[in-house]
Amino acid sequence: MTVETTTRPHSEAPDADPRIRDGRLVPEVVREDFPILHTKTSKGKPLVYLDSASSSQKPQVVIDAVDTFNSTYNANVHRGIYEIGERATAAYEAARDSVARFINAPDSHEIVFVRNATEAINLVAYSWGRKNIHRGDQIVLTEMEHHANLVPWQLLVQEQDGDLEFIPITDDGVLRQDVYEVLLRLKPKLVAFTHVSNTLGTINPVAEMTAMAHAAGALVLIDGAQAVPHVPVDVQAIGADFYAFSGHKMLGPTGSGALWARRELLEAMPPFLAGGEMIREVHLRRSTWNSIPWKFEAGTPDIAAEIGLGAAAEYLLALGMGRVREHEQELLTYALVALQREHPDLDLYGPMDAGIRSGVIPFNVRGVHPHDVAQVLDREGIAVRAGHHCTMPLHERLDLAATARASFNVYTTRADVDALVAGIGEVKRLFA
Amino acid sequence: MDDLYRDYILEHYRRPHNFGVLDDANAQFEGANPLCGDRITMQLRVSGGKIAGVGFTGRGCAISQASASLLTDEIKGKAVDEAEHMTSADVLDMLGIEISPARLKCALLSLETMQHALTEDHTPAGHQ
Repeated sequence: MTVETTTRPHSEAPDADPRIRDGRLVPEVVREDFPILHTKTSKGKPLVYLDSASSSQKPQVVIDAVDTFNSTYNANVHRGIYEIGERATAAYEAARDSVARFINAPDSHEIVFVRNATEAINLVAYSWGRKNIHRGDQIVLTEMEHHANLVPWQLLVQEQDGDLEFIPITDDGVLRQDVYEVLLRLKPKLVAFTHVSNTLGTINPVAEMTAMAHAAGALVLIDGAQAVPHVPVDVQAIGADFYAFSGHKMLGPTGSGALWARRELLEAMPPFLAGGEMIREVHLRRSTWNSIPWKFEAGTPDIAAEIGLGAAAEYLLALGMGRVREHEQELLTYALVALQREHPDLDLYGPMDAGIRSGVIPFNVRGVHPHDVAQVLDREGIAVRAGHHCTMPLHERLDLAATARASFNVYTTRADVDALVAGIGEVKRLFA
Repeated sequence: MDDLYRDYILEHYRRPHNFGVLDDANAQFEGANPLCGDRITMQLRVSGGKIAGVGFTGRGCAISQASASLLTDEIKGKAVDEAEHMTSADVLDMLGIEISPARLKCALLSLETMQHALTEDHTPAGHQ
């Protein structure tokens, strides 16, 4: 690996960075930072990784951050009165600062480290939800939610005797804002929606939807799992109350993730998991709670993973999320044009306007099950997802049993898209 | 030759044997593979301890459809007791291709559905 992989502050002359040319990302150079993209499959094919919406690959800086922790200063956090313990604590808290900066949170104490977006949403449903949702209260969701932003609310309203309402989508996968307006007249307590659809790639107008919810007196939770790797996220500009995301989709390690919430909400919420770390004083029959965010971080956290997440946030900040978005929008346009030109019989889903869509392409080859599509592509070294992508209600709405899905990240190139276009040709030849 | 999508597998996928609704079925079950959205309804006519008729409907991948096609051919006329004791290995032998762990559920959906139909005959379809 000859390319420099250390991160640097965004302000430092970005044009000196070989990964950025004329203000634009050069994915062919960015790729050099990702060791796995230089490996071959067991059939000797170079890996064409098009499943980043499932989990992203990790740059060398993230791998190094985790390795360095494990091999040179592994110790528990907030406990050891010794050098490596203090170093572990400092690195863990510095990662929190990086994550806060990455989403422009006003205060890094508003960042709670969790395992993934699923845990973040469950935390809110359990802690805020059980205190604030009561009989007859409404929660508004959407038809395009990942199961992670659906099932926790199903459990909550079953327990608390509340109700769920859903913002429908249009046939090309855009939320019906007119119906949302009507649903807000029900005076819901909470509106929870995804920032970017994991299946269709739709980028929802989150700031506008948040303002509408607030005007109706509802709090807002945003599932940002598919947004943080792909679009600039500024939680203050969006104005939301809760923002949840995973680390492993934004180039960080599995087991890392964060919940951001406004300080006053976190302070008023009862604890989620109970045990060590989250307490201030423990007596045999009662305890008092630590301050935020540690009140919500019971037990030893995944220290290495969160330190890796901090490195991933710094890496993306150095690339510049605006540039990341431009790269993906440009690549998405290229892919949609190429797929329709080479395979006019391909079924494509989601908005055809790349301006409101992230780099996610669900598709079906007519007469071929997505599992077979994925299997044939795999033999060409191409990794795509096949199935319902944890959005069964969305597939039902679109009357689809399953889809194949190709998805992009900072390291995805036109050559990857060309390989997909050729691979689909191979699928069609085999099943013709 | 293709290691997985052999000609006879693709042939069974394109033109599955015993595909269709069985009017006089007295046992049936709808099996689903929630991971990939595959669904198969297996209908059987059981008479005198033997499987006198069999039909299946549903949609799925080449592996699950070919497996259902081959399996339904195999069990026609078989004793119920024998069909109940068929194993995963029997089905994999029948398919005659190397099935990766990720596709095992596709290959075995028809066997599981058929055995459910035999043990839970007369129950409505769609239980998962």
